[in-house]
Amino acid sequence: MFISFVGRCARPAARSTLRTSRSARGSIRWGTSISQQPGSDHVRFPGAVDSKFTTEMSFVTPSANTAIPTYRVVDSDGIIVDKTRGALDVKDEEVISWYKNMVTVNIMDTIMFEAQRQGRLSFYMVSAGEEGIAVGSACALTPDDVVFAQYREAGVFKQRGYTLKEFMSQLFANRNDTGRGRNMPVHYGSKKLNTYTISSPLATQIPHAAGAAYALKLQALRNPNIPQRIAVCYFGEGAASEGDFHAALNIAATRSCPVVFICRNNGYAISTPTLEQYRGDGIASRGVGYGIDTIRVDGNDIFAMRQVTKEARRMALEDGGRPILIEAMSYRVSHHSTSDDSFAYRARVEVEDWKRRDNPIARLRKWMENRGMWNDDLEREAREGIRKEVLKEFAAAEREKKPRLKEMFTDVYEEMTEESKGQREEIKRMIETYPAEYDVSEFEDGIKGL
Amino acid sequence: MACSRNTLRRFLRPLQQYRSYSSAAPSPSAQLNLPIDYKTTPLLHHSSSSILASTGLPNNAPSKRLNLYQAINSALRTALSADEDVILFGEDVAFGGVFRCSVDLQTEFGSERVFNTPLTEQGIVGFAIGAAAEGMKPVAEIQFADYVYPAFDQLVNEAAKFRYREGGTDGNVGGLVVRMPCGGVGHGALYHSQSPESLFTHIPGLRVVMPRSPAQAKGLLLSAILECNDPVVFMEPKILYRAAVEHVPTESYTLPLDKADIIKPGSDLTVISYGQPLYVCSAAIAAAEKAFKGVNIELIDLRALYPWDRKTILESVSKTGRAIVVHESMLNAGVGAEVAATIQEGAFLRLEAPVKRVTGWSTHSGLIYERFNVPDVARVFDAIKQTLDY
Repeated sequence: MFISFVGRCARPAARSTLRTSRSARGSIRWGTSISQQPGSDHVRFPGAVDSKFTTEMSFVTPSANTAIPTYRVVDSDGIIVDKTRGALDVKDEEVISWYKNMVTVNIMDTIMFEAQRQGRLSFYMVSAGEEGIAVGSACALTPDDVVFAQYREAGVFKQRGYTLKEFMSQLFANRNDTGRGRNMPVHYGSKKLNTYTISSPLATQIPHAAGAAYALKLQALRNPNIPQRIAVCYFGEGAASEGDFHAALNIAATRSCPVVFICRNNGYAISTPTLEQYRGDGIASRGVGYGIDTIRVDGNDIFAMRQVTKEARRMALEDGGRPILIEAMSYRVSHHSTSDDSFAYRARVEVEDWKRRDNPIARLRKWMENRGMWNDDLEREAREGIRKEVLKEFAAAEREKKPRLKEMFTDVYEEMTEESKGQREEIKRMIETYPAEYDVSEFEDGIKGL
Repeated sequence: MACSRNTLRRFLRPLQQYRSYSSAAPSPSAQLNLPIDYKTTPLLHHSSSSILASTGLPNNAPSKRLNLYQAINSALRTALSADEDVILFGEDVAFGGVFRCSVDLQTEFGSERVFNTPLTEQGIVGFAIGAAAEGMKPVAEIQFADYVYPAFDQLVNEAAKFRYREGGTDGNVGGLVVRMPCGGVGHGALYHSQSPESLFTHIPGLRVVMPRSPAQAKGLLLSAILECNDPVVFMEPKILYRAAVEHVPTESYTLPLDKADIIKPGSDLTVISYGQPLYVCSAAIAAAEKAFKGVNIELIDLRALYPWDRKTILESVSKTGRAIVVHESMLNAGVGAEVAATIQEGAFLRLEAPVKRVTGWSTHSGLIYERFNVPDVARVFDAIKQTLDY
């Protein structure tokens, strides 16, 4: 939206604000102007105080800069790249739990994608190729940290302790779903895990994370005894084109909010390749423009993800707080969702090539096998166990009743309005008058649940 | 060619009947469309003794004469003092705001709690939603209601639906209040005059409120900030910021966010309005009661535009049998449409005449046309006449 400066200075009804004297008590000097010394090489323009004059007219060209490098720890064969770094500071059982969490998401994805194809749930989105970003970042957070996700972060939920029963209850929208059957599948949420319920509109959660981080900052200032917390926000490179991304990073920087932004750059927004999404150096190059410390990382390397997130969390809490941007590079191996056939816009060979070349699960498995802590038997055992567990919860959740019908009307406001109460009575009357037209049998307590 | 000084002086001489910047010049022969006299209007408390009836405070509650912006400022100060979770932000609020509503508050409560944001409406509301989700009570200011649209997605898809989609997690943004100056101001043209309330009254999950006076504004705003657990869109008629002055209790008090207010009881016709047009309605009713001897007209302030007090309106119309709805924003799908439809459904057998709507026309706020566009005393008077004669 374009707003002229004049428009912003609209006069109130009676008298121009410009003529309103500021109260002496509340006057603050917002900037200082210093007259330029003769021969000075710069003047302190309030908009760019450190800029020096130059007589050479040269436009800044993005192509003159080399692309921001991608941080990695372990290569695609599971070998530590920098031999001088020594061993990784991780416990074997921790690594195994990350691995199992990634595999769980992967197996759940396979089963649920198929279930949607059979018409047993309305919709699904897999995380194939991005399990490492989710689990690798989540394992570096504390349970108190507040998470805002986009929709392809099932691994974050799994790593934070979301149970298979909770996943399945949400996917089947049954009476155990905290979302009370209101949201599409994969819109998970959990209060006890400090992870907000996902909403479909893209990028809206990015300014939420900035505001939540500001709240956490104020609460920590008030009460220094509580553990310090950050907000973490996930989004894709497509969502970063939304205005909310711009608004959020700018406001997070100006208000010094302890928030870590994690961009999953997987190369596609549905069918749109990054070449049609942006022409700069990805998302990372933008962070610098907002005055935000930024890093690009190999999203298929769970160790790099973990290290970077851990350090970002530390930096975000330094000196009263500041935002950090992480761009995690990966490839969306799967279709965008169950409503998408990605071979309509990309070559099958490209996808197969990525699958073969590199993925976060295979890479971690190689690293574990190199260390002698994993083998084919353990792999088979783990996968079979997880698969059984997923299918068990799947069957239980599918059999479970739907929530009570009244949940259609509750939680719009804190208290149900008179209008809603009247409308609830009206739908009840309709169902009772035309029982043949409405099947309420799958809802808990049937018509009584309204 | 340069003007001579005399030509220039003649050229710049103010026309007698003009206020230099206003398009609201009354017709020299006007009987009805006279400027609203806020010093004598019965809608404002010109003495401290009439406060108790409308605020529920004791008769001897200390009060102070304040205009609307000062009453808003008083409410914000009261809220910031009462609850450390209250934070106040938006464009230019730190120095006191372009309408002076936040004057001195940063000095008093510090820059952590009262601060400027970058110039981004979607950012302001998105940021507020996040803070509210984490238990704060953010009071976000949109500089003009005309500029709320970049934040429309955040208000409609996020704030309004937050509690519903969180469901059993109990996550909500009930602490959120979004303030915005609205309405015509004589010379605001397209982007400093709008009243977008009906765009929000179509959204379950949002409360939409508009006060008519300083004392109402303070009580309703305090209720929105400190007591209400639903997100509130709080619209302030900017023309009243300086024009409306009345006695406002100095202490803290709240007014209900879901109740209409019967300003003037009557038996023959119900006039329903909200915000600044109530003053127009009041003047038109006075003229009509003088012109049509024995007629007694009820005036009701909706106050809460959504969810709204259907019971009070239906009881009134069931008694009078006639209704007129008046608002400044345009006719099509405005608040009046909802009120009129509800009346014909809920008081059909009692109606003696069609429900009339006196509203802005379905056009934009062209700079020089404002006085022909917003409901004026003559139009409300005429609607009263037609409805009584039907």
